[in-house]
Amino acid sequence: MKIHEYQAKQLFREAGIAVPAGVVARSAEEAGAAFGTLGGALAVVKAQIHAGGRGKGGGVKLVRSAAEAQAAAAGMLGKALVTHQTGPHGQLVRTLLVEAGSEIAHEYYVGITVDRSSSMPVLMVSTQGGMDIEKVAAETPDLILKEAVDPEAGLRPWQARRLAYALKFPAGSLRAVQDVLVKLARMFLALDCALVEINPLVLTKSGAVLALDGKVNFDANALYRHPEIVALRDVHEEDPREVRAAEAGLQYVALDGTIGCLVNGAGLAMGTMDTIQLAGGEPANFLDVGGGATKEQVTAAFKLILSDPNVKAVLVNIFGGIMKCDVIAEGIIVAARETAIAVPLVVRLEGTNVELGRSLLQSSGIDIITASDLADAAAKAVQASSRKPSSSGAR
Amino acid sequence: MAIWVDRKTRVLTQGMTGHTGLFHTRQALEYGTAMVAGVTPGKGGTRELGLPVFDTVSEAVAQTGANASVIYVPPPFAGDAILEAAGAGVPLIVCITEGIPVVDMLRVKRALRGTGSRLVGPNCPGIITPGQCKIGIMPGYIHRPGRIGVLSRSGTLTYEAVWQLTSLGLGQSTCVGIGGDPVNGTSFIDVLAAFQADPETDAVVMIGEIGGTAEEEAAAFIRDHMTKPIAAFIAGATAPPGRRMGHAGAIISGGSGTAADKIAALKAVGATMASTPSGIGAAMATALRKAGLHAKASG
Repeated sequence: MKIHEYQAKQLFREAGIAVPAGVVARSAEEAGAAFGTLGGALAVVKAQIHAGGRGKGGGVKLVRSAAEAQAAAAGMLGKALVTHQTGPHGQLVRTLLVEAGSEIAHEYYVGITVDRSSSMPVLMVSTQGGMDIEKVAAETPDLILKEAVDPEAGLRPWQARRLAYALKFPAGSLRAVQDVLVKLARMFLALDCALVEINPLVLTKSGAVLALDGKVNFDANALYRHPEIVALRDVHEEDPREVRAAEAGLQYVALDGTIGCLVNGAGLAMGTMDTIQLAGGEPANFLDVGGGATKEQVTAAFKLILSDPNVKAVLVNIFGGIMKCDVIAEGIIVAARETAIAVPLVVRLEGTNVELGRSLLQSSGIDIITASDLADAAAKAVQASSRKPSSSGAR
Repeated sequence: MAIWVDRKTRVLTQGMTGHTGLFHTRQALEYGTAMVAGVTPGKGGTRELGLPVFDTVSEAVAQTGANASVIYVPPPFAGDAILEAAGAGVPLIVCITEGIPVVDMLRVKRALRGTGSRLVGPNCPGIITPGQCKIGIMPGYIHRPGRIGVLSRSGTLTYEAVWQLTSLGLGQSTCVGIGGDPVNGTSFIDVLAAFQADPETDAVVMIGEIGGTAEEEAAAFIRDHMTKPIAAFIAGATAPPGRRMGHAGAIISGGSGTAADKIAALKAVGATMASTPSGIGAAMATALRKAGLHAKASG
């Protein structure tokens, strides 16, 4: 789960990590007033969306008066901000962070994520702050320094010291940066983060160490024990279909293609998408109904797929193990009756209770293209998706 | 004995009296697995499915001689269940539970170091030596005893592969699901090494997916240590970056973990690649033919 920059900074504050003074604004007037509240000669108006690259997209503006702050805010609020991470349609800006300007002496990068190879969280720092850290990692990996974080004990003081010295912080700021690193590692573990990033962490001309930007992602599996984090969720930033899917207990990712997919199991769902592409089509979604889906979940899955206007055909691929084929068949039948499926439906069933499932579908009277295996199903779905839409409506 | 489990493996179920634990323990009994006990705190002294239920794993091990445990405990308590089994000295712990927080698994993995216990999973279908021992949620009937080892990060994709092998007359020595989480107990390399050393395994099917670098690390191991033929499939060639594809571990991040990188790495070390899941069985047959092993492997 992702959160906004202003929320990440609130968590930093609570963890004892210094951030610039800032005020959240949801209207141009509030942004103008915020400039006065901050009281400085310089402020930054920052669009709050769940995507990076905001500066280049025009979502970060320096302002020198309340009027400038108000004008900058009016230029952002209610408009879609397009960055390299948002896709071509951009993301609607609803909230701004107005922050006191900082006099920057140097910018650094700090991040923590889980290193799978060692099964340890790893804290990474670099003197190349403010840059695209993936580019730094690819081009100049020597400029990134790492320390493994013990999942019980956290970052040890000596590890923080080593990194602070290696980053060549001035003597007067060494303690402050060590403190940031130790506290950030503690926060990562305590809040079940998947990723925390401060990019940049800045050293100001007066020697203070501040988190100028922040990004925090959380482990979805651990949200049950963090109601305070769940409360930070902004569903406006998520695809509405993905929100509905999550509510129905389905794993769904919206994609750009025309063939809707309904599959049991994440690996098989990905494999089905791959097969569609190899057959010359494009999947409209990833959808895993899980190992033990109910008839109701299958129906919900169908409605979700059909709510995507790009879908020109639906491919159902089920390898019944624990998931029984007759349960899937019943779900398909209910969904077909409730939604009046107007696109071709290709079904491949295999595994537990397959004969029962097939005969249920056959006797239902629903127009179904049956497939003998996955490759056959993909070929038939691609073919069906390029057909002209049926004029008869419900089939 | 194929690898890690056979008809002599004595299995206990942690979380046996819950709906899922009960269902799959019954299935395992029907398959012929030597199930010996269940563990549910507070239910000690009762019986389920004809098996004794204990309050603690150590008591169950002492009373029944169990040497493997399968865990169907809900996510908030699963990490502790794994450590309880390790604390009782259980050599093989198979955790089926999906949705365990990563931080819990980081701590479990750290605590398992230096113990004699092997953890398979979590978030996996389990492990099966066809005809002898089924530990986990895979449908038993799709398997057939034979000489192909199967290892995978995905559940249903493994069933797809196994079903194709069985349909082609290629039986399996042991099938191991290592699970779809970013932090798991047993790696591809652990299983590959066991298959390479196993005289009853002639060839290996490996099924990976996007995310992490486990497949690349496996490719390096194959290059340096494996002589047995390998067929492989990597799921997620069409997955977009930055999106979690169901499994917590299946995500392309920071330009790493792509299917293309993994496919290239495995191809470079001689694995026969299937370009779709429907081609996994055929890819294995091709790999066997190339190695002159076809008749023997189908035995």
